[in-house]
Amino acid sequence: MTINGWLQFAVFSIVLLALVKPLGLYLARVLEGGRTWLDPVLRPFERLIYKLSGVKADQEMNWREYAFALLGFSAVSLLLTYALERLQGAIQWLNPQHLAGVEQALAWNTAASFTTNTNWQSYTPETTMSYLTQMAGLAYHNFTSAAVGIAVAVALIRGVKRTESGTIGNFWVDATRSILYVLLPACVIFALLLIWQGVPQNLHPYTQAATLEAQTQTIAQGPVASQEAIKMLGTNGGGFFNANSAHPFENPTPLTNLLEMLAIFVIPGALTVTLGRLTGSPGHGWAVLAAMFVLFAVGFTTIYWSESQPHPLIHGAVQANTATAPGGNMEGKEVRFGITDSSLFATITTDASCGAVNAMHDSFTPLGGMVVMTNIMLGEVVFGGVGAGLYGVLIFVVVSVFIAGLMVGRTPEYLGKKIEAYDVKMAMLYVLIFPLIILALTAAFVLSPNIGLSALNNAGPHGLSEILYAFTSAVGNNGSAFAGLSANTWWYNVALGFAMLAGRFLMIVPVLALAGNLAQKKSIPPSPGTFPVNTPLFTVLLISVILIMGALTFFPALSLGPILEHLLLHAGQLF
Amino acid sequence: MHSVWKTSIRFTIVTTLLLGLAYPLALTAIAHVLFPYQADGSLILKDGKVIGSALLAQSFTSDQYFHPRPSAAGNGYDATNSGGSNLAQSNKKLVDRIQGDIDKLAKANGGKPVPIDLVTTSGSGLDPDITPDAAYYQAARVAAARHLSEDTINKLIAAHTTQRTLGLLGEPRVNVLELNLDLDGLTK
Repeated sequence: MTINGWLQFAVFSIVLLALVKPLGLYLARVLEGGRTWLDPVLRPFERLIYKLSGVKADQEMNWREYAFALLGFSAVSLLLTYALERLQGAIQWLNPQHLAGVEQALAWNTAASFTTNTNWQSYTPETTMSYLTQMAGLAYHNFTSAAVGIAVAVALIRGVKRTESGTIGNFWVDATRSILYVLLPACVIFALLLIWQGVPQNLHPYTQAATLEAQTQTIAQGPVASQEAIKMLGTNGGGFFNANSAHPFENPTPLTNLLEMLAIFVIPGALTVTLGRLTGSPGHGWAVLAAMFVLFAVGFTTIYWSESQPHPLIHGAVQANTATAPGGNMEGKEVRFGITDSSLFATITTDASCGAVNAMHDSFTPLGGMVVMTNIMLGEVVFGGVGAGLYGVLIFVVVSVFIAGLMVGRTPEYLGKKIEAYDVKMAMLYVLIFPLIILALTAAFVLSPNIGLSALNNAGPHGLSEILYAFTSAVGNNGSAFAGLSANTWWYNVALGFAMLAGRFLMIVPVLALAGNLAQKKSIPPSPGTFPVNTPLFTVLLISVILIMGALTFFPALSLGPILEHLLLHAGQLF
Repeated sequence: MHSVWKTSIRFTIVTTLLLGLAYPLALTAIAHVLFPYQADGSLILKDGKVIGSALLAQSFTSDQYFHPRPSAAGNGYDATNSGGSNLAQSNKKLVDRIQGDIDKLAKANGGKPVPIDLVTTSGSGLDPDITPDAAYYQAARVAAARHLSEDTINKLIAAHTTQRTLGLLGEPRVNVLELNLDLDGLTK
């Protein structure tokens, strides 16, 4: 660990915190339907989209209608992407490499993956997906799945805010406004910055280069920047190339690395400010953000420390950092990022549901890899996915005020709403579905040598970690991987596909039900027994609830995987 | 219910045209006006032929050239199959590979400890850079192969060392392909 490393962490944090307030207030205006400075340009487009799609923009929806619209749209767009993948060989347009149609199980897995904002990739993009599929199938879902996330988050905020109301907004309007006023303009600017720094954006066939030593190198290219921008801003994480943001074409410089990391956290961070603004309790937004930031800083510190350690069984190399070399665990890491930027990126991408990687998590130290995985296991509520992070953390907030209520022996309240049995049931459904699917599927695959274990790249406890990570990433809609696992098999593709859909939609439905139930309640004024949700005490309670739920559920699995691996490695045991 | 499906289909088509086609195609056009070199992959031409991309590592094995980090992309430096080794720290294959490379390099360099980046594969397998330490480590070999003084080589490395962005971001590094190109220019 170096002073420069901590300075880089500090700069990232300061820029992030400076951005969240203005963006959060802007988001509040966009989602409330207020006027923005982009209105003169975008308002006509917005109206046009409603007209062409047959959306009645002033029609409010109850939570069931909202959920049906969301599910209907997700199903249709999933099918379109599936069709694009299967037919890309027949279409041939924007397919200069003449890549064939994608095989069924893989096409299913990928369509589910991108629809659910997961971006798990069982394939090598540069040899599997045509430019058309990447643009109109995959990058398209990067926009819409992020917009769906924001829609659910704002629907839940409305549930908290509205009183005696049967409705929680209009799904089509929320999705459209998120895309038009936030994601699309931000992506145009961000993509141009990326291109300036060296990210390609073309539709050429792959380039044949004759290298200095007279070998042939085929250079895969494509419309990278347009996808890269939304991949980060929408916390999607699906790489245009197999190596994802470690690839110099996706992330060429330390500056693009900083921008990409900021892009992951900025909207989830800003949504906490939006929460404070829309519920009229800015202090509550800050208290939630503080909890997120503490968990983020702790995660980074642990990973950074662990990745800075020398490999205990390698001798004769300079593994300590020098003024001109980062040292530490450099397997799977790029020189331009070193240990600091690789650790920071890994923390951010797993805190959020992004899943882009600029270093290979599979080659992390056992403890570094464990924290990366634990970040996902906490439910990706540390900033979290775009929208998904906010509605996820609000579930933990509901559980926190419920526990606080139990402790003082009064009916729990949250911002003027009584939290009753139905609300806690929905929150607990959300909390329990997650580990249930992860642990059940992991157990099933670990127990089957032919289906599960044959895909492993690493033996011993790390093998368990590879499978555990895969299902954690899928259900958490993260998409990063211990990528040694050869998951492009029928069983893994199908199982992970269902895991991703379950991890997304089985969790969104209880959230919307909770939103609907909260919206129709009366608001009650705070009393002396009300547990305030804008204090440091609340922040501490929220952190504790998040940690205890994550730790209790997953600690046994983690101790058999990374913890055991760490102990054995330092006792000199290899596999 | 009927109208949900209808709206879903229409909304999907409209947004696909906007986000899936108009946005990336327009951006491609703008990119080629503003940043044509970068948009086409930062390709380096020599005598009118593409010899590689400034951003991607390519294989160098001769003593006359600086070597990049080892690569796990395909069969090595495969720019259509990027990726890392994904070997765990507890994997015997990884430790054997790294230790084997260290022993070979140390033997050729009088037992000098090897900079770790020179024996570890990168995340992409296409890492264009090595640390300045790893460049200086190879200076003696390159100087001997080219009958140049080590001092000349060291000066070239220094000239090719990219410092941290704004003195803060990332890590100091040396682009191997660009260094080797200038090395060729030196000998001509």
